[in-house]
Amino acid sequence: MGLIARKLAGLIPVLLAVSALTFLLLNLLPGDPAFAILGPSATHDAVIKLHHQLGLDQPLLVRYGHWLAHVLTGNLGRSYLSSQPVLSAIKERLPVTVELVLLSQFVALLFAVPLGILAGRRPNGILDRVSTGGAFGFLAVPNFVLGVVLVYLFAVRYHLFPATGYTPLTKDPFQNLRSVMLPVITLAMAEIAAYLRLLRSDVITTLQEDYIVMAKAKGLPDRRIMLRHALRPSLFSLVTVAGLNFGRLIGGTFIVEIIFQQPGIGLLSIQSIYGRDYVVVQGTVLLIAVAYVLANFVVDVAYGLIDPRVRHATAG
Amino acid sequence: MRRPADRPGPAPVLDEDLLPGSSETVYLEAVAAVEEETREAEPEAVRGKVGLGTWVCLGWLVLVIVLAAIAGFLPLPDPKRTGLGPVSQGFTGAHPFGLDDLGRDMLSRVIFGARVSLIVGFSSIALGLLVGGALGVVAGYYRGRIEGLIMWAMDVLLAFPALVFALAIVTFMGQSLRNVTIAIAVIAVPPIARLVRSTTLNYAQREFVLAARSLGAKNRRIIAREILPNVVVPAFSFGLIGVALAIVGEGALAFLGLSVRLPTPTWGGMIDEGRTVLQQAPHVSLVPCGVMFVTILALNYLGDTLRAHFDVREGAL
Amino acid sequence: MSGSGPVGDGEPAGGLADEPGKDGAGPGPEEPAPRRRRTIRERLKRARVPAIPEAMERRRLRRSVERLPLERPEGELLLDVEDLRTSFSTPRGMVRAVDGVSFSIDRGQTLGIVGESGSGKTVLSRSIMGLLPAHNVERGGQVRFEGQELTGLPSSEMRHIWGVEIAMVFQDPMTSLNPVMRIGRQITEGLRYHLGQSAGEARENAVALLQSVGIPEPERRMRQYAHELSGGMRQRVTIAIALACGPKLLLADEPTTALDVTVQAQILNLLQEKQRERFMAMILVTHDLGVVAGRTDEIAVMYAGKIVEKASTPVLFTQMRMPYTEALMRSIPRVEDHSHTRLLAITGRPPDLVNPPPGCRFAPRCPYAQERCTVEEPPLLLGDTEDHAFACWYPVGTKEGQAALERNLSAGRPQTLAAVASTQVAS
Repeated sequence: MGLIARKLAGLIPVLLAVSALTFLLLNLLPGDPAFAILGPSATHDAVIKLHHQLGLDQPLLVRYGHWLAHVLTGNLGRSYLSSQPVLSAIKERLPVTVELVLLSQFVALLFAVPLGILAGRRPNGILDRVSTGGAFGFLAVPNFVLGVVLVYLFAVRYHLFPATGYTPLTKDPFQNLRSVMLPVITLAMAEIAAYLRLLRSDVITTLQEDYIVMAKAKGLPDRRIMLRHALRPSLFSLVTVAGLNFGRLIGGTFIVEIIFQQPGIGLLSIQSIYGRDYVVVQGTVLLIAVAYVLANFVVDVAYGLIDPRVRHATAG
Repeated sequence: MRRPADRPGPAPVLDEDLLPGSSETVYLEAVAAVEEETREAEPEAVRGKVGLGTWVCLGWLVLVIVLAAIAGFLPLPDPKRTGLGPVSQGFTGAHPFGLDDLGRDMLSRVIFGARVSLIVGFSSIALGLLVGGALGVVAGYYRGRIEGLIMWAMDVLLAFPALVFALAIVTFMGQSLRNVTIAIAVIAVPPIARLVRSTTLNYAQREFVLAARSLGAKNRRIIAREILPNVVVPAFSFGLIGVALAIVGEGALAFLGLSVRLPTPTWGGMIDEGRTVLQQAPHVSLVPCGVMFVTILALNYLGDTLRAHFDVREGAL
Repeated sequence: MSGSGPVGDGEPAGGLADEPGKDGAGPGPEEPAPRRRRTIRERLKRARVPAIPEAMERRRLRRSVERLPLERPEGELLLDVEDLRTSFSTPRGMVRAVDGVSFSIDRGQTLGIVGESGSGKTVLSRSIMGLLPAHNVERGGQVRFEGQELTGLPSSEMRHIWGVEIAMVFQDPMTSLNPVMRIGRQITEGLRYHLGQSAGEARENAVALLQSVGIPEPERRMRQYAHELSGGMRQRVTIAIALACGPKLLLADEPTTALDVTVQAQILNLLQEKQRERFMAMILVTHDLGVVAGRTDEIAVMYAGKIVEKASTPVLFTQMRMPYTEALMRSIPRVEDHSHTRLLAITGRPPDLVNPPPGCRFAPRCPYAQERCTVEEPPLLLGDTEDHAFACWYPVGTKEGQAALERNLSAGRPQTLAAVASTQVAS
């Protein structure tokens, strides 16, 4: 427990630095939000007045202090454009992104784990050749390329799935699944390829361990050796990478959200960047960065739970 | 078969009892041979053999690079010139890749678009290697507080969503080739620094470095003479895959309309523009999609070949 | 470190020890006996007698080793290995790691297989077990267990032999125990799978097993992982796992090499004790003659994939005939030596098994070697006594051997000089 607390404490400077960098970066963006709000023909006086109103005329450090204090109380400011509180905008959009991330990770693991095991079990077999070759190919497909191709194939050519739009889960679960199908496949494909390669090579390594020979010498059936003895030690790196991906993907769905017009965090950020609505951008970037840092932390802690060696090393 | 001793990484633990040619060694060798065979399932690249695939990939890259370099001298229509014909005419002799919705020649646009992709891809990674490599060597060699600081900064940078980061830099500094390059280089620095640091760490504890140090060689000399030559190889083989990633990154920016300013053709931009006519003329999007895919595949393949050849372990990342 | 003092004499261990006893003394010998008799007769027909012209060899030519089992009470024969060959195809060519090895073991008997690292003994034990990699391996010869031919059995059938009939203890308990599985589970899974025991039964038996191999607080150990135990403890656990299903034969492949010197004797004593208690046959594979000295009935010395000398333990130690055995004998580590001291007395290295030298494979390193040794390979033949076989043209302790040694000494053969020098240093 003490260790977790210590690791948690170590997160604070990282989060502070992340927030400072977020604030700094977006405050240095050109484009005066005043013009975005008042229109391009605003008078000089009106702009000055608005700057004062928004606190933009104060020194950067002071503004950061104010902002941080607000952030810590859950106040991320209001959008310049829609004057909606940033927090509520995020709350509105976050479920979409989280759904995409969870579903795509689920799909990716669903395919990658059995494929990886089978490929690693019989290296050089047909299944192994096909799946590793396919994985190599899919790793070379950028998600915007895959997205466009999928739209063309499944929406334009054969009208199987809607090309764009999002139906909330609460409204119609079936339509919801249909609407997120293509974005989820787009996101999952590269993950499948990466996970498959990772798991395959780990399975091959594990199967050469002495304790596998020992399990065989015990006369256990192959399937049992695979599932009971080989699988768990082979999963460590996959679990790590998949865990980190949960954090990374919160900020990695931009392109997919744009192609398929999914109203998630990514779309919100991009729209805000286009509109110079930097309060919102700040909020979303902060969210994404924090999600990444937390995912790292969770993986770090969770690692001890799945690997008894780490668990005891840290406990001692 | 490569001897384990040639590999970078922690010095292999050699069993005192194993003698060359002995049957235990042979048993291990046999296991290694089995491993070798298992690797055959992977694309050749993964095994580091120079085969047909390598030459095809190399050929494609050379073709793309040469065409992009001499694009101005080729008998191609101006990539920005519109109204050469209707988009629906498809692939013809005059326009082998067809025309886009504004009637511009696709072949010419793909070739000129390659310029942006290649320049950004290679120069951003070169920049990233320079900065990230320097940070990594310093962190890995000097250790201590400076290492902590550098790696901490890299962690913070890594926490940022890469794309937003690039978007912010580009919108902040303006949409130009230089700024796009810088934006992507900044993203590339942390992973390169990590790789170089871990490789440096490995070498900094090897006997030859310790020997040089005990002979009184200066740090700077050790870094230049002993560390750098060993770090360069893994860094470069990783760099080739980095170029592929950088091209994807530039493509993503262009796809969002935030790479080089508009009339200049880019692959990502072309894919984006084609989306509006996906129904009538899918080739406008799919042609650059294909070209991009093959280019990235080729880079990945060559990168893997190099990496396998020099046995750079992914674990080093 | 490992509480070995009260190593189970009595206690719950007895309950488990009953099982193999039942197999050994029970209906076993009667049923398969006719089948076995047939196989032996077949073998008799095929037993080839090498033709060696010299009169000196003819004296020893009475019976080849292959026919040795004939002298034994037939019902006792447990494992019969005949002309076993295992080769690996490597990038350099075929490597004959085990090259025509024959021996047999009776129920409850112990055989030591001794050889330098590289003599093929590990490959031999894995070949008997059928645990070789699936690719790049070529095998030949026969392994018969209770009259049943094991070579060529698919692993779906070998599964009922592995663990139940023949069990194995590996060299390094750190790597042979699954790091992410609790000790208890690793013991009970075999019990549950092979013997169909319920979770509760298997647990009770596992605790009893752990206790019987001298592990204190077995209940607590059941819930621990391999890395939480000391090296000696771990090897005790792997022994418990191997013993779990009451095997009739235990293959111990360098069971103490990876262990601390102080624990080695404890583990060997434990193995010996269990072997006797259960009337279990055991093959003890080691590079150290000292390990097998007081613990085996018979010893086979291997060199470069072949058995070069085989005798009952006392005979081997008192009347070794093969110069290689003599060299090994001289290299038995003394108390003051480090545990991994090389066999310094033997100059040179084992031969390249891709291109073994013609003639005797030990000849290049042998102090006794003559012209003939480099051309003609000596067959493994019975010597003066019924249970002593060796493969040498100029055996140690014979007139021919002495003459050969003196000839080499006067010719200044370096191997001979080195061997003689090291004897002088040692004495």
